[in-house]
Amino acid sequence: MTTLEQATRYEPVIGLEVHVELGTRTKMFCGCATDFGGEPNTRTCPVCLGQPGSLPVVNARAVEYAISLGLALGCEISPWSQFHRKNYFYPDMPKNYQISQYDVPICLGGHLDVETEGGVRRVGITRVHMEEDTGKSLHVGTSGRIHGADYSLVDYNRAGIPLLEVVSEPDIRSAAEARAYLTELQAIVLALGISDAKLEEGSMRCDANISVRPVGHTVFGTRVEVKNMNSVRSLGRAVEYEIARQTAQLRDGQPVVQETRHWDETAGRTSTLRVKETTEDYRYFPDPDLVGLEPDRAWVDQLRDGLPELPAAARQRLADAYGLEAGQVALLYASGLAGLLEDAVAAGAPAGQAANWLANEVTSWRNEHGTAPITGAQLAELIALVTDGTLSTKLARHVLTDVLAGDGDPGEIAERRGFRQISDEGELGRIIDQVIAEQAAAAQRVRDGNPKAIGALVGAVMRTSQGKANPALVNRLLSERLSP
Amino acid sequence: MSLITKTAAELRDLIGRGEVSAAETVRAHLDRIHATDARVHAFLRTTDETALAHAADVDRRIAAGEPVGQLAGVPLALKDILCTKGVETTCASRILECYRPPYDATVVSKLREADAIVVGKTNLDEFAMGSSTENSAFGPTRNPWDLGRVPGGSSGGSAAAVASYGAPLAIGTDTGGSIRQPAALCGLVGMKPTYGLVSRFGLVAFASSLDQVGPIARSVGDAALLFEAIAGHDPIDSTSIPVEAPDVRTSLEQGVEGLRVGLVREFTSGEGLEDGVATRVNEAIGRLGKLGADIVEVSLPHAPYAVNAYYLIAPSECSSNLSRYDGVRYGLRRPGETAEEMMARTRGEGFGPEVKRRVMVGTYALSAGYYDAYYAQAQRVRTLIIRDFDAAYQQCDVLVSPTSPTTAFALGEKVADPLAMYLNDVFTIPSNLAGAPALSLPVGLDDAGLPVGLQIMAPVLGEAVLFRVARAVEAETAFDPVPRGPVAVEVPR
Amino acid sequence: MSLSTEQVRHVARLARLALEDEEVEALRSQLSDILAYAEKVGEVAASDVPPTGHAYPLRNVWRSDEPRPSLPAELAISTAPEAEDGRFQVPRIVGAES
Repeated sequence: MTTLEQATRYEPVIGLEVHVELGTRTKMFCGCATDFGGEPNTRTCPVCLGQPGSLPVVNARAVEYAISLGLALGCEISPWSQFHRKNYFYPDMPKNYQISQYDVPICLGGHLDVETEGGVRRVGITRVHMEEDTGKSLHVGTSGRIHGADYSLVDYNRAGIPLLEVVSEPDIRSAAEARAYLTELQAIVLALGISDAKLEEGSMRCDANISVRPVGHTVFGTRVEVKNMNSVRSLGRAVEYEIARQTAQLRDGQPVVQETRHWDETAGRTSTLRVKETTEDYRYFPDPDLVGLEPDRAWVDQLRDGLPELPAAARQRLADAYGLEAGQVALLYASGLAGLLEDAVAAGAPAGQAANWLANEVTSWRNEHGTAPITGAQLAELIALVTDGTLSTKLARHVLTDVLAGDGDPGEIAERRGFRQISDEGELGRIIDQVIAEQAAAAQRVRDGNPKAIGALVGAVMRTSQGKANPALVNRLLSERLSP
Repeated sequence: MSLITKTAAELRDLIGRGEVSAAETVRAHLDRIHATDARVHAFLRTTDETALAHAADVDRRIAAGEPVGQLAGVPLALKDILCTKGVETTCASRILECYRPPYDATVVSKLREADAIVVGKTNLDEFAMGSSTENSAFGPTRNPWDLGRVPGGSSGGSAAAVASYGAPLAIGTDTGGSIRQPAALCGLVGMKPTYGLVSRFGLVAFASSLDQVGPIARSVGDAALLFEAIAGHDPIDSTSIPVEAPDVRTSLEQGVEGLRVGLVREFTSGEGLEDGVATRVNEAIGRLGKLGADIVEVSLPHAPYAVNAYYLIAPSECSSNLSRYDGVRYGLRRPGETAEEMMARTRGEGFGPEVKRRVMVGTYALSAGYYDAYYAQAQRVRTLIIRDFDAAYQQCDVLVSPTSPTTAFALGEKVADPLAMYLNDVFTIPSNLAGAPALSLPVGLDDAGLPVGLQIMAPVLGEAVLFRVARAVEAETAFDPVPRGPVAVEVPR
Repeated sequence: MSLSTEQVRHVARLARLALEDEEVEALRSQLSDILAYAEKVGEVAASDVPPTGHAYPLRNVWRSDEPRPSLPAELAISTAPEAEDGRFQVPRIVGAES
């Protein structure tokens, strides 16, 4: 390796293709239900089985969802678009062609802004189009993996499920940006209510196209497609791995091979799935069983007006309204707790404190248990109990845990567990006098002008009061009694 | 009284009045089929049991004063390319030899609601690809007028069923002339509706933008009856025009006084047009003139490219439509170590030579680098042909031409030369490309005693004027649909 | 357009048609003839003409998102050449996408 090769800095160029499974009640081209129905081939009909003579009819709700997503991504809604057939043979494809969109998709040219360390980056969206999903094959054989299977069993229940494909421009420049893009896209899809967008379950799927090139070059390097990333974290790891792999190849003087690679989450690496020697010949042509889509402009306007508040706007609004930092709001959104924040504020909680509790203790619980079963009103109540001195912060944390565990409301828990903070000067005074008597040496040191020694006395008071003493009051009363 | 020589309208009325039972009507036709079909081979299978059961049910309802459909008790033959639930639907292909659809085509449901009695599924060129029914995997059908000749195709079985009096009505399909040309060769009325007027749901697809289901009968009146029973919007077919079945019977007898009839210049001569055909057709056009129609000459300048365009569009669409036949979900399966090997062997062994030719032409025409020069260019020529028709219909109400350049040719004569076979459709294909209705009407016999058909074409949704002109010619033409000749099928009077 | 044997085999592969060697040769000459005939459409000056997919201009044919009854599983699988546990069985799939 020459010094020059060593010295060359490479930058990654990343584009993402995301498939969103739509939450419509029926499939893209037939009336079969989309709910998960257990037994194989119980959600099928002549159309989604590709029986001879069957014909597709477009699901209007899928078109509506496609337009909504396009509008949310700032796309132009094509005045006229059509469906094409993508021809290739595969047993999980009932017709051996997929009805998709080709050169005239329903949405073109939008963008998605993502927050990065360096600020906001605008990632271009090339297109959004509609297509149908395939069936599922179960591979039966000795190894259980695809290669080496003796035969396969196909279930067409999922054949024909409506999908939207969102293709980004190759504007993404790091794994962090890729994660941010996917997270934001997921948040938008969820806000629109068009899919449950679960990466782990496959209702949202992400493929990455990754290449590297020397910094300053404008020509793209050889592109590698990476599949099988089932979470945002997975995407980040896979992208980082691939960037490193390709960079090392080039530094080694080896060219990058154009291919499709499979991400192995356990092993933490990508491996060759298949090499693209020639591009597939899909023989696209307009589907003659379907007619063109010309969405009425008034309907598109109506959909635009009816869009819910999108995450970026909601984050900004919350940050402005509550004087919170954008980053903290983003974190809450990512954990799905932004709604709770708003509810808590509506119930009287100060935004800053509510945000803190949610970002820390509630998020920890949620990460461990999967849900955050607390209401905004409960959180507001808890905060109020701390503010009015009924609960110390430390004990409030215990109460919160109980609330999340389903034990009831903060106030009644505090009562039941006897957590009420002792703020009565008389009662505290008795405990303090007792401690001063027991810790005479420490008390003397404070009187002698050693203020730090008060810590031991405070600690003793807290222990004696089982943590219920109001710390601020303890400090004041101790200081008063021990002042020279 | 011979039931098998009655028209469908007559049978419907007799049965409705209780003068004759549906059961005996159906039995008479089934007997006729069993007596003749060993020689004609119009049918791939008859459905005797279900037909008689349906007929009995019709009789019971009539006796009880319950309502019955508008074709109640009339026997009907169905081209074996329409899905009939639980009954084999083979498309005359080995790849679907034992296929029993899990559903009925919309047309089949409509016919059942009309109480037409399906007596059997008829033979065809495999997947409707052909003009002679010689491409059937199960043996050809023979022309009842001369058993050594073809009945035409691809709806040859349906035409032969009606021409041999096995049923007064039959359903065929027409993609490039496959109803009209067999009708012409068998001395029958055959009609292709406006594209989108009859549901394609359950019609096994050949070329999606061209396929249409239509009636075959021995009279214009019967064809009109059947047309009205099957036409109309179907919400599960996206290409179905959202209109109700046009009324073609009210104006049927209005005659042609004052109507303008266009003679298509490009179709009045040309290589392959037999003198016998041209003579009978010209005579028929002369009769139209005598009846009060104005005969004008018009031009369809791009019509000479119609067959060329068709043999890019139809194969392209069919190459994709036939991809689903792969041994996975239904039909024939040949063994293979891998799924891919199984699919390729199944298709290689299951498809006949003409189907393979068209699938390969279509695959090539759509493949990378060729799409624009082939498929897209053909669709542009299609636009020009449509514009030609539009311009012609500024000057006239209907167009006329021969249906087929020849009368029925001998079995085996053209089968080895695909291009020669394709040219049978030179007059019929333009209407398919334009999605416009057209009809063939028998107007006489040539010197060899073989039927000649006149083609009448009308603008999109112009079925009323189409049938009206056809009826006028029919009324003025003394055409006896009963086949004659030394080897023709004998028909009792 | 005259096709080579290689082109014929390539198209047969794309179309998943297993052909005998004699078939390949017969098809090569037939397809060449048919394509030579069909490609005469290129003689027509039509570069400024839009292609027509359907003669009758329909648009926006949709259906409401209401479920309709699916086929009972036994009927759905009834046509399968090979089935197991209610699923369609096929020989092993090589080069499968994950």
